[in-house]
Amino acid sequence: MTTTETDKKTAPPATGTALVQLMSELASGKITIVDLTETLTPEFPTIVLPPEFGQAWPFRIEEISHYDERGPAWYWNNFSMSEHTGTHFDAPVHWVSGKDQPDNTVDTIPLNAFIAQACVLDCSAESRDNPDFLLTIDFVEQWEAKHGRIPPRSWVFMRTDWSRRDKPVEYLNMREDGAHSPGPDAQVVPWLVKERDAHGFGTESVGTDTGQAQHLDPPFPCHYFMHGNNRYGLQCMTNLDRLPPTGAVIFAAPLKIRRGSGSPLRVLALTPAAA
Amino acid sequence: MTEPLTRPPRKNPVARTRQATRPPAPRSRRALGLTAAAALGRFELQVCQDCNTTQYPPREVCGHCLSERLRWQPVDASGRLLALTVLSHSNDLYFRERLPWRIGSVEMAAGPTVVAHVHGDCKEGDTVRLSLKLDRSGQAVMIALPQEATPNMEDDKTLRETSCDPKFRRVLVTDGKTAVGLAVIQALLDAGATTVFAGDPETWRRSAQFDALCEDPRVLVQDLNITDGDSVERISRSIGGKVDILINTADYQREGGILFNRDMNKAREALDVNCMGLIRLAQHFGPAMAGRAADGINNAVAWVNVLSIYAHANLPAQGLWAMSQAAALSVSQCLRQEFLHAGGVRVVNVFSGPLDHEWEQRTPPPRVAPRAVAAAIVKALREGSEDVYVGDVAQEFLARWRDNPKGLEREL
Repeated sequence: MTTTETDKKTAPPATGTALVQLMSELASGKITIVDLTETLTPEFPTIVLPPEFGQAWPFRIEEISHYDERGPAWYWNNFSMSEHTGTHFDAPVHWVSGKDQPDNTVDTIPLNAFIAQACVLDCSAESRDNPDFLLTIDFVEQWEAKHGRIPPRSWVFMRTDWSRRDKPVEYLNMREDGAHSPGPDAQVVPWLVKERDAHGFGTESVGTDTGQAQHLDPPFPCHYFMHGNNRYGLQCMTNLDRLPPTGAVIFAAPLKIRRGSGSPLRVLALTPAAA
Repeated sequence: MTEPLTRPPRKNPVARTRQATRPPAPRSRRALGLTAAAALGRFELQVCQDCNTTQYPPREVCGHCLSERLRWQPVDASGRLLALTVLSHSNDLYFRERLPWRIGSVEMAAGPTVVAHVHGDCKEGDTVRLSLKLDRSGQAVMIALPQEATPNMEDDKTLRETSCDPKFRRVLVTDGKTAVGLAVIQALLDAGATTVFAGDPETWRRSAQFDALCEDPRVLVQDLNITDGDSVERISRSIGGKVDILINTADYQREGGILFNRDMNKAREALDVNCMGLIRLAQHFGPAMAGRAADGINNAVAWVNVLSIYAHANLPAQGLWAMSQAAALSVSQCLRQEFLHAGGVRVVNVFSGPLDHEWEQRTPPPRVAPRAVAAAIVKALREGSEDVYVGDVAQEFLARWRDNPKGLEREL
């Protein structure tokens, strides 16, 4: 180790930078961290496709050892799951419309995509009695009238309180004609991309699209338009009710899976402490 | 007539559970021919192909003409009960616990005179019907039965020791929502099971038929998914001490072979359900069942696997699935020996031809109705057989497989 490197390590941090201020406000509690992640358990529901299609594996875990004859002083597990299990990130390559976008896989997405601010649209009242609630341009414009215009490169999170539903039955809400859960309609997604330069779309339900999205035009519009424009998705989130309408900063970095189409991840929000 | 069984009272929770003992197991290698027949529920003895003499006990050469050409084949099972003895004493632990015990000599119409266990409804001089059954050591024994069925004859102590009757027993059906699972639940209720624990691996998937079955107060739904070790462990800790019979109806069937079906997910999923799932069930439920193998009238008696005939020889059109069936068959063979040594819970394999369900839509008939599989399971449990082939396709497959396995392989 050279003297210069040692000096760098021991030198006191420069004061007054934004990072120092961030750490000090985290320490003082002026900024709090909210975990938007569901715990990975075998019971957590995964999206259900017709059985003749390939299926996303649910989370499964097997003990390697637990301070026992398999490993006397250590505890660890093997686990398996799909790229789209639990709270997870959708990369543009996940959808056919995004397959030719540059840097569209979780290992090539630019790092600055993993930290972005969020606008949280509270649709919980509308979704409570209407599992098929669709977010519209009109709804977003009304929200903007109260909270201001959605800034460029901001996550748009749709709060529905869906994460509070009993899992898996009420959460998947499967009927004879398929799943019923809220999501965006086919018009608002391209509008969010084109008119508001949205960074991506995030939900509490099992996918970014509504449960009946196969019947929209185009089918699965959130996947189609967001990924077709090299934007991202986050789903199976929780605690969106603890975020302010604007002003939260989201840390959402997927695992660096080679050519990965998505990844389970820890989603953290930095928010100003409630006044 | 036999005194009918009554539903056993609740178990005394502080009494020592009776430990399993086993009847004498050693047999000569020749005598294992009796075991092979009993396992299939058949009555077969060696018959000399030169002088046509029926042999008993099994031997290397004909007792009449010394020919070596002895063949196992079905013979007339009727005879006359010459003498009946009721044992009041035995130095063998197994029989000592079950005294008094009836044995007798039967002169068979086919020739030999045999010593057999004797059903309570037979008396000296009666014409009787001999039956080959597997005892708790997994070996064949002969039981003399009344020629015509008598009331409640299945409740006789001698028969109950070789059967696994679901009457008054508590049964776990691991996946109650499969076509076979639904049929099995109904068949068990009809057969007098006290409780049917019905596994539901997909609570989010609605099934009107399943819900209708669950309206019966004897059906208790369990949130059981055999691909999830946590769930198997959780449910085993809840009901594992009350499962007298376990019937694994979970199945993952998909089309496609191996060479032109590049899908490792399908292969893994098939193995995960059909083979690994069976292992998970065995490790969590098996030991407790083995420990209750002699636990009174509703002791733990049977472990039933619902398998395909293609476990024996791969059907290339469904090669991945058949691979997982073969793996499951191998697991079942291990379990069978382990259970025998640990107290005698019987492993029953029920092999079916193509089932009449959604994964065989383009398979031409005859396809096996799920209720036929369910009926075969209940019959095997009542009669105490170990390997069951359900339906014409399975029976023909078995005959071809025994005759010329290589030929069968070429024709599949």
